[in-house]
Amino acid sequence: MTKFVKSNEAVVMGALYAGCDLYFGYPITPASEIAHGAAKWFPMLGRTFVQAECETASVNMMFGAAGAGKLCMTATSGPGFSLMQEGISYLAGAELPAVIVDVNRAGPGLGNVYPEQSDYTPAVKGGGHGNYQTFTLAPASAQEMCDFTIKAFQMAAKWRTPAVVFADGLQGQMMETVTLPDAELSRPDFSDWAAQGEPKTRQNLIKSIFLDAAAQEVFNDHLQRKYEDMAADAMAETYLAADADLVIVAFGIASRIARTTAETLRRKGMKAGVFRPITLNPFPRERLAAAAKGRKIMTIELDAGQFADDVRLNLAKSGLGAEAANVMMIHRMGGQVVTVDDAVKAAKMILGK
Amino acid sequence: MKTIEQKGMYQKFPRSGKDTRVTHYCAGCGHGIVNKLVAECCAEMGLQDRTIFVDPVGCGVFTYYYWDAAHISAAHGRASAAATGVCRARPDAVTIAYQGDGDLGAIGFNNAFQAASRGEKFGCIFINNSLYGMTGGQMAPTTLEGEKTTTTPFGRDPALTGHPLHVCEVFSQLQAPVYIARVSVADTKRILQCKAAIKRLFEIQRDRKGYALLEILAPCPTNFGMNPLKAAEFCKNEMEAEFPLGVFRDTEKTGVGEAAIPKPQAPSAILAVKPVPQFATCAELFGVPDGVDAPPAENDPSVPERRFKFAGYGGQGILSLGICVAEAARLQRRHTLWFPSYGPEQRGGSASCSVVVSGTPIGSPTVEHPDVLVCMNQPSYERFVGDVKKGGIVIVDASVPIMKQPPEGVKLHQVPAIKMAEDFGVPKAANTMMLAALRAFKATGLDDEHLETALCASFKKKPQLIEKNRDLLHRAEAALKQP
Repeated sequence: MTKFVKSNEAVVMGALYAGCDLYFGYPITPASEIAHGAAKWFPMLGRTFVQAECETASVNMMFGAAGAGKLCMTATSGPGFSLMQEGISYLAGAELPAVIVDVNRAGPGLGNVYPEQSDYTPAVKGGGHGNYQTFTLAPASAQEMCDFTIKAFQMAAKWRTPAVVFADGLQGQMMETVTLPDAELSRPDFSDWAAQGEPKTRQNLIKSIFLDAAAQEVFNDHLQRKYEDMAADAMAETYLAADADLVIVAFGIASRIARTTAETLRRKGMKAGVFRPITLNPFPRERLAAAAKGRKIMTIELDAGQFADDVRLNLAKSGLGAEAANVMMIHRMGGQVVTVDDAVKAAKMILGK
Repeated sequence: MKTIEQKGMYQKFPRSGKDTRVTHYCAGCGHGIVNKLVAECCAEMGLQDRTIFVDPVGCGVFTYYYWDAAHISAAHGRASAAATGVCRARPDAVTIAYQGDGDLGAIGFNNAFQAASRGEKFGCIFINNSLYGMTGGQMAPTTLEGEKTTTTPFGRDPALTGHPLHVCEVFSQLQAPVYIARVSVADTKRILQCKAAIKRLFEIQRDRKGYALLEILAPCPTNFGMNPLKAAEFCKNEMEAEFPLGVFRDTEKTGVGEAAIPKPQAPSAILAVKPVPQFATCAELFGVPDGVDAPPAENDPSVPERRFKFAGYGGQGILSLGICVAEAARLQRRHTLWFPSYGPEQRGGSASCSVVVSGTPIGSPTVEHPDVLVCMNQPSYERFVGDVKKGGIVIVDASVPIMKQPPEGVKLHQVPAIKMAEDFGVPKAANTMMLAALRAFKATGLDDEHLETALCASFKKKPQLIEKNRDLLHRAEAALKQP
């Protein structure tokens, strides 16, 4: 079955196929279609939609529902995502699975409703207090908004962690064809730790508090080991990268601009390719290193360079200090999108053509 | 030493790694008494297996060491939001939030109030000791006028900090709660009344009746700077003078509550809750196509990419014209993308959308240089005409004065779409006229048949308009093809 839908709606479809039972959310442009779809379709499948009074409430409702052993989600954009950070820290601290979709708009402050990737740091590095991370996926199409929402639930459940689907206003609003999954996923069993109001879960406790410093350190060590293990689930893709002189590194919607840029450069006789991290955390470091070694590197991004810095960091940690030092960037901010023309010009400059 | 079994409590409290029977509460603290009563009620009613406690941040934070039941330890102020999630996720459980007056009255007031307003099915036990206990005796919204705290060192001055917040009275303005009461634990008589009220709170949750709030006045000898007896006296005299005890509402027993708020005589014809259609599976729910029933796209590198821009005033059907072209492209098994203007731009009167159609997967979704530009008004024509690619086509409504010429190598068609639609007696069909123009000028690279099927599919929800628009499409196209 294919549907021609807004990417935001594809998120809801993915969530329902993933077995998400509860949606908690507060409206915000350009993410509101996710709430609209959830309000309509969750009850039609006997599932729960709650319009929260604020994003602080949404995320804490998720804390309760996830603590009670159910798959749940919310969706928001920058300002709401900021409000949720404390709650996401609690989710991570209590090791609760939940999915947060951030349809990034331009900031800071009220900003505007047009696309940016400027929530990179909170979406990828853990934007709240404490030593935690999220599992973060960056879709680039309506199909991936559906598929990666499903993946986010799977990773959230597998790693007992909040997972972030990190999108942007452009792809949230666009319509594309989505092929729906063949089958719904079965519900994971969380009864060994969740507070489900049943005899077997009676003495289960959901908490993020360790008053004893030694115990808190042990717990932090456990979290860090978990985040290291998560690297096994890193995802990336390359396009025309094998023989490329210039590797364009971009994620999400920018990776599609990178794709067209690479094709345009190839048509002009320049060897360009694309490296696209699909998971931003865990970052596909080894695959980046393999694709970037000895090449010229340019990022395309819709932020101030938070992503480029992360690319440099990951290259440097892979021992590619020279490549890291020479990472170039073309970017736009404020809701403006990098044009293929501008990206091609920048690439030609880097290639000395 | 012989240990006495305490109903509903764990037999040992392994707080700070030690097995102890001593709680962390100070001597004479109201929490200790309430903790015992809550545990007793939960156990006596046989609800320990079913109960999920949502614990606060504050002096009540460690109840999970004491009450033998499942616990979720929430963020400061958010117990009512978390309890909302719990009771929605587990409707068969007994959900009890336990909150203090900083937690519920200040940082989390709106969460508590909105949960009460929604009639969430949980019980909220609210400990009012007139200050922040855990953080060191600061002013709470419930601090009495003139009461000395660490942040009102000269006594609470209402001129600067307002008056004590009466939570029960405020919540009593809401329709949904089924039980609202204020009790105290300042002496034996009050403790017995308090236990009866806690039992009532559990009963309401056991029977899934609705939202219940129980405010409990509790002494805090440490932060009052009093011995336990003096603190209890303060609670009984000064606090009760400000916060009178009583049952504000018990809908089942007294009928006060929702029933007390008059409803309009006749239900409104337009304000009605409709039954939600039910589907068993996602496949059943999403199995019906919304627009056209198109197969997945095929890769065909011989098909060049074509980018479209549609622009005009809101209400001229610009967005649906774009979707129509996109749906036709899907029927032709092309990769297709549609993107609208959105946000305040959309509400300011102008509307535009982009469509990309390609034989290979689409990269950049933005349309900076359209191959085809369709404009229904002057501002959008002037805004976009300069961007059109060499060899491209511009179709503009004939009402638009051409003050700006298209770039060299771009073909301009002026089509009286708005006038034709008016002449046909269907002014809303100007976009169908434009579709006719796209067909007449072979601007889409798509089969005429698919454009027509897509047009018909766009009226799926108004089937009476399908034939009308099909007819208009043919008549307009015939007119446009005349030399």
